[in-house]
Amino acid sequence: MKVAVRFFASLREAVGRECMAVDVDPPTVDALRDSLARRLGPAAQAALTAPGVRVAVNQAIAHGAASLDVGDEVAFLPPVTGG
Amino acid sequence: MRSAVRIQTEDFDAAEEWRACRDRCGGRGGALVAFGGLVRDQAAAVRSLYLEHYPGMTEQSIERIVAAAGERWPLLDVTVIHRVGDLRPLEQIVLVLVAAAHRADAFAGCAFLVDYLKTDAVLWKKERRVAGDAWLQATAADRSRRDGWREAP
Repeated sequence: MKVAVRFFASLREAVGRECMAVDVDPPTVDALRDSLARRLGPAAQAALTAPGVRVAVNQAIAHGAASLDVGDEVAFLPPVTGG
Repeated sequence: MRSAVRIQTEDFDAAEEWRACRDRCGGRGGALVAFGGLVRDQAAAVRSLYLEHYPGMTEQSIERIVAAAGERWPLLDVTVIHRVGDLRPLEQIVLVLVAAAHRADAFAGCAFLVDYLKTDAVLWKKERRVAGDAWLQATAADRSRRDGWREAP
């Protein structure tokens, strides 16, 4: 099942890309993170599993067990620093 | 409460926003408090500050903070303008403008908004330093200032 994945800020740099389409099975956030970590190499794996990294599904923060639907936008977000 | 959240690359005119806010409040607003955040370069080591956002989610994250402030204090008018992109030292990053009938509410609402923007707005900052680039992290002091609002009555 295909979802759209986006990476922001330091994660975008660690992964070396801004977005990609990914097939994920089973369709959960945790499975997607595992599959990306395997696929994108050790630096990306360390970045995606670092403490404080959050995942948003269709722009809402989601837990690892959250399930995904076809066409969802899944974004990996490093800790924020606004203001 | 009237509120507006804007994310933009272009600069803004704080005096113009102040005047517009004053006009909108008419006679009801007795107190306006503004916070301006600027790019700092204490040691002449920062070339620029790069701000990244997630269009849509960033606006929502700030609108939630504004709504929380509006539930806590009787605010009349809140404007948050946050710039993104590459900004040089001394440039404006953020304007938080709060109007209320009385000054205590306007001060508290503005301070709350600024503290929460630091820790809860979906934005990322990278300092482009002479010595190399570095993504910034929210500090323990930032988090403890935000958490202070949770304990306050």
